[in-house]
Amino acid sequence: MRTSISLGDEIPAVEFRLTRDTLVRYAGASGDFNPIHYRDDVASSVGLPGVLAHGMLTMGVAVQSTVRWIGDPGRILDYQTRFTRPVVVDPDSGATISVAGKVAQVDDESGTARVDLTVTYNGETVLGKAQVQVRLVSA
Amino acid sequence: MAVNPALQGRVFPPVPAYLVGREKIREFARAVLSDSPINFDLDAAHAAGYRDLVAPPTFPIVVQERTLAQLLAEPDAGIDFSRVVHGEQRFTYSRPIVAGDELTAALTVASIKSLGGHTMVTAVSEISDSAGSHVVTATSTLVVRGEES
Repeated sequence: MRTSISLGDEIPAVEFRLTRDTLVRYAGASGDFNPIHYRDDVASSVGLPGVLAHGMLTMGVAVQSTVRWIGDPGRILDYQTRFTRPVVVDPDSGATISVAGKVAQVDDESGTARVDLTVTYNGETVLGKAQVQVRLVSA
Repeated sequence: MAVNPALQGRVFPPVPAYLVGREKIREFARAVLSDSPINFDLDAAHAAGYRDLVAPPTFPIVVQERTLAQLLAEPDAGIDFSRVVHGEQRFTYSRPIVAGDELTAALTVASIKSLGGHTMVTAVSEISDSAGSHVVTATSTLVVRGEES
């Protein structure tokens, strides 16, 4: 459990590999069965470059680096993002997303800190304004 | 089909209670590639001070989705699901979700905005427990692409 969080702290960069299996598993767990997340024919019929990862999967995976760093998912108070670019998941090679993070604000009065995430795929940002508010000390 | 601007401010009735199961938390945690013991191991959750397994931060989408289904099914909404793209998402917690929670959710359409031929629908789902206490607010902005694009 992390007890010390300071302005400028960097969250260790993590890479997450998403495959078609990951998408099917997330579809089942979340209940989002939109076929653009597992069928190439449907994805191409609506003009997409390929099967896409659920935005909510990318969001859910990206915050795990912060959860790992602070050691407790219950210390996440707020988490927001914009979905700025799709993540195309190749049937053979999948897709690797890279997540870096930095403590951008510490508020001792409210006992919170803000971690800003940088989430990229193929060198391009896929989540915009990805911000996680965490509790400074464990409840 | 165009999004009905009169939707703004509409409040939907709460969805039926959702009982958060331990195995559902484990299933969802695996699906988002979590390796946090507090998502999987009861002893670890207890040691961290929780009554039961804690859900991953984005788990409320499972409950919120039921409220979004109400919105999309509203006869006069004019939202063509095949044109909907998820634009933004936010979760604001009062406390973490733990296994055993019985949650309900009620959606309000916070705003409808037109932007360059698209319509942005912001829906706010307030998720509360069986005591009526607030647990988490889940906010989605859906982008409904215009007919021309």
